[in-house]
Amino acid sequence: MRYFPNDPQTRQEMLQRIGVSRPEDLFAAIPANLQLTSLLNISAPRSEYALLKELKAKAASYPSELPSFLGAGVYRRFIPSAIAPIVSRAEFLTAYTPYQPEVSQGTLQAMFEFQTMLSLLTGMEVANASMYEGASATAEAVMMAKRVYAKGSKVLVSAGLHPEYLETLRTYLSFGDLELVLIPLQANGQTDLEALKAQLDETALCSVLQRVNFYGVIEDASAHAALLEGFKALNIEVLPEMTALGLLKTPGELGVDIFVGEGQSLGLPVSYGGPNLGVFACKAEFMRKMPGRLSGMTEDSRGERAFCLTLSTREQHIRREKATSNICSNQALMALWVTIYLSLLGKSGLRQLAQTNLTLADYARQQMGAAGLKLRYSGAVYNEFVLELPCNAGLWVDKIQHEGLLAGVNLNRFNAEDESGLLLSFTELNSKQEIDLLVSKLKELL
Amino acid sequence: MSVGKHGMVFSEPLLFELKGGGKSGMDLPELDLPLIDAAELLPAEFLREAAELPELSEPEVVRHFTRLSQWNYSVDGGFYPLGSCTMKYNPKVNEVAASIEGFANGHPYAPYGCNQGIKRLLFEFEQDLAEISGMDAVSLHPAAGSHGELTGMMLIRAYHLDRGDLKRTKVLIPDSAHGTNPSSASVCHLESVELPSGPDGLIDMEALDRLMDENVAGIMLTNPNTCGLFETNIERVCQLVHERGGLVYLDGANMNAMVGVTRPGDMGADVLHFNTHKTFSTPHGGGGPGAGPIGVKSLLEPYLPRPVLFEKDGRIEMDFDRPKSIGKVRSFYGSTGVLIRAWTYIKTLGAEGLREMTLWAVTNANYLKARLAGDFHLPFDSQHCMHEVLLTDKFQQERHVSTMDLAKGLIEAGFHPPTVYFPLVVSGALLIEPTETESKETLDHFADALLELSKKSHEELAELPKMPPVGRVDEVLANRKPILRWQPES
Repeated sequence: MRYFPNDPQTRQEMLQRIGVSRPEDLFAAIPANLQLTSLLNISAPRSEYALLKELKAKAASYPSELPSFLGAGVYRRFIPSAIAPIVSRAEFLTAYTPYQPEVSQGTLQAMFEFQTMLSLLTGMEVANASMYEGASATAEAVMMAKRVYAKGSKVLVSAGLHPEYLETLRTYLSFGDLELVLIPLQANGQTDLEALKAQLDETALCSVLQRVNFYGVIEDASAHAALLEGFKALNIEVLPEMTALGLLKTPGELGVDIFVGEGQSLGLPVSYGGPNLGVFACKAEFMRKMPGRLSGMTEDSRGERAFCLTLSTREQHIRREKATSNICSNQALMALWVTIYLSLLGKSGLRQLAQTNLTLADYARQQMGAAGLKLRYSGAVYNEFVLELPCNAGLWVDKIQHEGLLAGVNLNRFNAEDESGLLLSFTELNSKQEIDLLVSKLKELL
Repeated sequence: MSVGKHGMVFSEPLLFELKGGGKSGMDLPELDLPLIDAAELLPAEFLREAAELPELSEPEVVRHFTRLSQWNYSVDGGFYPLGSCTMKYNPKVNEVAASIEGFANGHPYAPYGCNQGIKRLLFEFEQDLAEISGMDAVSLHPAAGSHGELTGMMLIRAYHLDRGDLKRTKVLIPDSAHGTNPSSASVCHLESVELPSGPDGLIDMEALDRLMDENVAGIMLTNPNTCGLFETNIERVCQLVHERGGLVYLDGANMNAMVGVTRPGDMGADVLHFNTHKTFSTPHGGGGPGAGPIGVKSLLEPYLPRPVLFEKDGRIEMDFDRPKSIGKVRSFYGSTGVLIRAWTYIKTLGAEGLREMTLWAVTNANYLKARLAGDFHLPFDSQHCMHEVLLTDKFQQERHVSTMDLAKGLIEAGFHPPTVYFPLVVSGALLIEPTETESKETLDHFADALLELSKKSHEELAELPKMPPVGRVDEVLANRKPILRWQPES
């Protein structure tokens, strides 16, 4: 047991000091019938060597070497080598939540820098120190809207919201009395703002719009914001692919009240979808209604700049039942990762990255259009779009995997009636050559 | 710009105050196409001015964050006895495991078969957690402990609603519970009713009998509780709650006192959560990411979040067809990278090691208790403590020395303080959890330091800590005038 530092003789000394003869005696308060009399049915201890061998064998089932066009809420990014060694520094990795600010300034300053970085990226006035991930953060945004506008009861949600975010939101709402109204998409793939308009009244709590929507189409966020003017309903923007903010107008400029993003798109490993990173930002006027941790700038007893967790009356430590949310931890390490990623990428790098994604998706769209393939939607896109296959998309994707391509996400996963939709994603990890290969495979269908 | 301050700890400006301009710390992959200007493809009203991110080179970024790291206390660096937080050693092999290429790259929507390895690992992990806890089924979805609490309370509500029992809208929560318990209940629209502890620090059976009625959905309890005590009446508690139609939620924050020794499922718990970052050695990371898997008895299994893993013909599949499921509580399937670390830990220790872990955790806590008893007030001393020991500042208060003074003094002595002023059931709490990965020498150093501090005057302690690079931080000012981001000088 290489993790336990005391030898048998030391154990005896300790037990003697305690006044018992065996460690088992320390458990006398547990009724005898509840004490296990044999070992758990779990495998015997295994060596580091054997375990790494098994882990590598398990990981090998994933074809990492194949060109991939998989996205749909989790994005493949080039990750600079400088990030992991910093994040895995034990001082960051093995520290607790920074409740004792005198010995946690590293984490606290990094959190403050994350909040600032996300404010700069989104143009929002305040960002918190992160949430678990995008879907539950979207649900938290709706619950926060209720704290801001208590009379609202109708949650208007664009059908362009990621289906897993929608399902999560439904789960959270299913125990309360808020009503969820789904606003359909138009033929071009944008949310039907006329349908939204018809639902707007004083009972409307909020409108949830995924700006680059699940099907890749960029929504007309200015028109959306204009529509909400004059109503108390909060404007909630969701954005799983946050590199789009390298090009697109910020939610701050668009008058968004609460912004929710998925920070995985900012340089985190795909990692089977977790741990990921909920980004949460809002207007300053709503700051005290916001869930999640915040690092604030203050002073120490010597008058020098210092940081600490702040506005914690919103949390559970003090007014337990009245806490505005049960969010306790954040994704500190993922937030640190993203802060380093954005620091390395920098102002010009972010723009170039976003243009690269846009360029590759546009090239793919042009090539596929020219080949006679059908795009489901005509609206403008960033780095994803839906192709209408002349066959069953699920079967085709499985077949093409064996021919050496991870050819996108079969939309049948999310909608039993959708048999032909294929959601394709293009990032800086793709190339013209890979796209040409994909197009050649698709041409075989025609 | 940066100046040596105290020995080898360097002061470091904010990232945004470093001199930038025209630099980047990252190369993008070569693009084999001409780069298109966004203005050619997208309407002008869609586009922004470039975000004012820092413009720094790679070495500048690396040095900045390396310096920041030096301002943190960490488990690798020293003793971190935070009660109910289980700050044990985080094995290095776990980190290697999670970063293996096929795990780090695995896309959750990849075609059939690609993720068979990771699914197998997760399935095995579910089975191990079920065995450890004595529960029938496990869901790995929840992203953190409090998220597991919320999911568990949703299951309890779904269960009652499904049976048409609509009036159960209250939940009993002992006054010693973690603060997240009442707030998790309230997020799923349950009203929490405080259950007072008895004079022995345990659940007051009379109060339970009085409060447990047909409007109560269940009880949310922590065992061992946050006083470091095993709830000796746990079976009677569960029996009484069950008899009156309620369910039992067990907060698994303190599982490090039970693994391999006793099981919540055998006690009568219907649902519990695990904190992998406590019991199963995954790093706390300065506040996350965590993972909060939940275990349930079969009566709650139909309501588990979708999808559920199952084995069929030697393969691990996902079952989405779960008509009674509460639905999803997050995107994808859980904090997989964290779960891989926890799997690695369980497989490293094996059945024998997991039991040893618990025996050592409890031995270490009782050793500290033995060293500190007499000089510190033990509010509850009816049993050996479990994996943590609760002291108070009662004796020290006679000389106006408070728990806060002692905490700041411990920082001066080079230790992270224990959990202070929690649980709320005693005044001036010091909740000390040493964990199994600390040596007797370390425990002795810590006890010596605390005993020495306890003899100092309030005036001597009030000036501490002096040695850390920052003095006492003004948290009141931070609350009164919140500054939550850096602003460019205009």
